[in-house]
Amino acid sequence: MDESRPIALEARNLVKDYPGLRAVDGISFKVPEGICFGLLGPNGAGKTTTVEIIEGVIGATSGEVYYYGEIAGSRFRQEAGIQFQNTALQDYLTVRETIQLFRSLYDRQANIDDIIEQCSLGDLLDRDNRKLSGGQRQRLLLAVALVNRPRLIFLDEPTTGLDPQARRNFWELVQRIRADGATIVLTTHYMDEAQILCDDIAIMDEGRILTHGSPQELLHARYGDQLINLSHGEIRRPNLEDLFLDLTGHSLRA
Amino acid sequence: MFKRIFAVFAARNREFIRDRSSLAWNLLLPVALVFGLSYAFDGQRDEYTVGVLQVEAEIDTALHQFLETRYVRFVPYANLEDAMLKVERHQLDLLIDVGPPTRYWINPTATKGYFLEFALLQSASTATSNVIKEQVEGQPVRYADWILPGILGMNMMFSCLFGVGYVIVRYRKNGFLKRLRATPLTSLEFITAQVASRMVLIMLITTVVYTGTHLLLDTRMEGSYVTLFIVGLVGAISMISLGLVVSARVTSEELAGGLLNLINWPMMMLSGVWFSLEGTGETVQNISQAFPLTHILKAARAVILDGATFTDVAPSLGAMLLLSAVFLAVGAWIFRWEQF
Repeated sequence: MDESRPIALEARNLVKDYPGLRAVDGISFKVPEGICFGLLGPNGAGKTTTVEIIEGVIGATSGEVYYYGEIAGSRFRQEAGIQFQNTALQDYLTVRETIQLFRSLYDRQANIDDIIEQCSLGDLLDRDNRKLSGGQRQRLLLAVALVNRPRLIFLDEPTTGLDPQARRNFWELVQRIRADGATIVLTTHYMDEAQILCDDIAIMDEGRILTHGSPQELLHARYGDQLINLSHGEIRRPNLEDLFLDLTGHSLRA
Repeated sequence: MFKRIFAVFAARNREFIRDRSSLAWNLLLPVALVFGLSYAFDGQRDEYTVGVLQVEAEIDTALHQFLETRYVRFVPYANLEDAMLKVERHQLDLLIDVGPPTRYWINPTATKGYFLEFALLQSASTATSNVIKEQVEGQPVRYADWILPGILGMNMMFSCLFGVGYVIVRYRKNGFLKRLRATPLTSLEFITAQVASRMVLIMLITTVVYTGTHLLLDTRMEGSYVTLFIVGLVGAISMISLGLVVSARVTSEELAGGLLNLINWPMMMLSGVWFSLEGTGETVQNISQAFPLTHILKAARAVILDGATFTDVAPSLGAMLLLSAVFLAVGAWIFRWEQF
């Protein structure tokens, strides 16, 4: 972790209990400003619950969230941009009206033309938002997350269900946003996505963080210079997927 | 704050107006009902009805031979003014106070009253010289005049309860509320926008439907249009507030539909939409006071049929505002954004 950067986001001992289930079990981490932080884990690991507690969408059983050293509150709501994994938009609104609606809810407002260009929505502005393809819809949801010129952006499984080309386009978009200086918190169960986009990752399962660090550090710490011999004779370096399977024992898309 | 409220308000209006089927339903249903029911029921009443001015609830036929006349329904009335109003509107064919001296009131333009007067005067024990005749003049209240406020009130009830209650549950279930919660929008701002949106829409729809049916059917209007508009506005607030209570926590559209019907049906049957509550039992009348629709219809009919002023309908407006305050307080207290 780069010590010179201010801490944009900090989660301290987050716990979330549901009847008969502890979904989040003492999660703590810090996210320095300007990096892409990945929260990885299989389905049901508690990633979305953790992120939604941080976003303030659901309440924690215990624990605190800090935004630039303060308890996350109204400033956090004004400055955070959020793309949910599953969300509906208001029916019968066009792409342009949807962006305008969300933009009007913030004091900080991005230039609407910039967002449209950034998310490649120029040809879709007058289309009913219910008539978008999966990739187009993800771009709109990202545009909605950018309407307030966010300093901190949450992307929850943003490429789930997209075809490979749409995923790659989305990654390029995220990289451009990050290059503009925003801090990104990404949850995903795609290890290739995390390896390409994230500076820092935490792998979690059963509501706990199993390990935390940069992808290179974590791979080095676990495997050193070790190589993997595949069954058909090919030899390669271990990657995040190998690390994940070693740590959790889960299939990635279980 | 107002910018956020206006943004959500405008988006909800667009959603409603662009949903052509819902818009058409809200506009066409009341018009079709008013025209259909007026056509079906606007004929003359078959039975002859006579009001008997007396305090007692039971009519003693021994008091006057006329009261033994067959094929006539005799209804007791304790208040002369109320009963005369019924004669004026042709809702009573004749009103009698058996006295002594015997007095009766008829409307000279009412055909049934003309024949009943013959029957009364020819009653064996009645001498013409002992009977005092009074005339009450006025045009009949047609069924269309009476049912129009009922249908508009019912449409308002459906539109407010389902348009707010059901829609918020849908927003909660599909995650739109969760998305909004992640913005600076507060629950108070969101609820205010929903209330304002539905209020504007339902008042526009009600005004259009009322104006259209009023002009086409030439319905009665004795009072002030401004007072009637205020009654509609306060009524809409109370209905929307009730819708918010239902939607405050429910996460299932099926449960919301069931709860809304649980409220709609008793209110529709016991608030005087289809028939007057006059003559129903005390228990039914007490229950009906808890329904906003009862107060809306009572006030609207008073303005339309009786020419009631703002002061006259103030008690009904007060009751609606009180109910609204209770519903809004409960709704805001139990409201939550998320599903779990």
